[in-house]
Amino acid sequence: MVEVLITVIKIVAIVFVFAMGVASLMTLLGDRKQSAKIQNRVGPNQAKFFGFSLGGIPHFIADGIKMILKENTMPNGANKWLHTLAPALIFFPALVGWAVIPFMDHYCTGSVRTLADYTEVCIDGEWKNYFSIMHSDAGLLFAFAIAAVSVYGAAIAGWASNNKFSLLGGLRSSAQMISYEVSMGLSLAGVLMIYGTLNLNEMVRAQGYLFGGWLPMWGIVVQPLAFFLFFLAGLAETKRAPFDLPEDESVIVAGYITEYSSMKFAIMQLSEYVATVFIAALIAILFLGGWQVPFLYADGIRFLGNHWQPFAENPDLWYYFTIMLRIGAMVLKVLFLVWLQFMMRWTLPRFRYDQVMTLGWKILLPLSIANLFITALILTIL
Amino acid sequence: MALVETRPVNRIKQNLWDKSYIPEIVRGLAITTRHFFRNMNPDKSQRSTFTREYPEVPTVYPERYRGLHRLMLRADGQVRCVACMCCSTICPADCIHIEAAEHDDPAIEKYPRVFVIDELRCIVCGLCVEACPCDAIRMDGGVHIPPYTERGAAFFDRDLLMERGGLSLAVQGGESK
Repeated sequence: MVEVLITVIKIVAIVFVFAMGVASLMTLLGDRKQSAKIQNRVGPNQAKFFGFSLGGIPHFIADGIKMILKENTMPNGANKWLHTLAPALIFFPALVGWAVIPFMDHYCTGSVRTLADYTEVCIDGEWKNYFSIMHSDAGLLFAFAIAAVSVYGAAIAGWASNNKFSLLGGLRSSAQMISYEVSMGLSLAGVLMIYGTLNLNEMVRAQGYLFGGWLPMWGIVVQPLAFFLFFLAGLAETKRAPFDLPEDESVIVAGYITEYSSMKFAIMQLSEYVATVFIAALIAILFLGGWQVPFLYADGIRFLGNHWQPFAENPDLWYYFTIMLRIGAMVLKVLFLVWLQFMMRWTLPRFRYDQVMTLGWKILLPLSIANLFITALILTIL
Repeated sequence: MALVETRPVNRIKQNLWDKSYIPEIVRGLAITTRHFFRNMNPDKSQRSTFTREYPEVPTVYPERYRGLHRLMLRADGQVRCVACMCCSTICPADCIHIEAAEHDDPAIEKYPRVFVIDELRCIVCGLCVEACPCDAIRMDGGVHIPPYTERGAAFFDRDLLMERGGLSLAVQGGESK
């Protein structure tokens, strides 16, 4: 019973508070306020909460109310069943993927000791999975499978709308997502070879190793090219600019979202933002050390072989402090990556469609295969 | 044999590093990031936003801005205008309507019985002020034409324009003082 309750709390906190909260704030702060700041404008500030504009945050409540009150239209000749189903098919995978994202290491009921190779072991107790919804040994595969499923929603939405623009958008998004899925997966193969696990939490644990006592062996240090490739492919996978061809507004109106209105439109938009945050979380976990804070371990601070132990008389206090810092680090890394994705969006112009395909198949794919090959070679020699 | 004239274009040769667009992407990101953080400055005077928050903060007019019309008065409080039609003739927006009438005083030849400016048609060019031979019509600095909620309120008639007016230092219609 307690287990079920903990799971429910975890789902609410991670999916509905963190993922949805960040995503819906991103619709406002990321898309409208950030673009305004970059373009020397002020941005939305007229929706006020008791006379305070609060940085424009009340706008997203105003947007939500507006969306709910709008008429839900459906075009003539649309397939009613699929047209209604498609937003759910896009929204569902965007949320389910969060099941495997670890926000902190497992909680240790006993005391934690850090070994010489910087792995933490739990003594006189056991690991309790309190900070990720699901502890799965196939975590990365699950995340990829779920991310790939969302292409169905876009394709079905495009087809069911009975609109040429929607159909083009759906086709574009399926072609793009399938193309970039390949280089995304292949760029990660090198990372998998190094860490030797598909479990996301184990991967983050492995990144706690300090090379030479001072350099954290984060994924970006071990596999810089893979980080670059994965970041690009992730941008394309979540249909962010400069790869937002599926909703290329100057060419195909709004792509597969064209014929959607009211809350269905809002759900589709929101799930794109959730997917953005999800990719940011994956990048943070795979390449930026996830919840790891450099030099900070559950039993003290380690740097160049030295070991400080703050609150030595009360190790539990330090442990709780570490937990807070690590969750904060994870959240900050995700927010930074989301911010970076939005900066890319407001910096770069949109690609032409054939350029997107060329980049995916002729540049990213060979590069990721080369990266895989070189990594394998180095690992064999070492 | 016909020759086709061609002009060679000196294209900049791009090497592989340039073709990867990485330096240009980094440069672009640096520019947008610089703007982003400059405009996040808590000190609003340090930001580079151009937006005027108009209803909250009143707009500062340029020193030489002239907006709202008024009709000037004679020493005895009558309208200075002699209904010569110069202003309504030069008005490019055709927004001044004058009906002249004979004045009772034999010293004054004509006066405007009706003088209406359609402020919605006015383009604030100031040509009427330039054209006026006897300093009868002026436009005020610092004030813009007030907003209206109905069409009729945009017609400013003679009495309303005279209410805003004052005495002029100029000599009236060639009389010597």
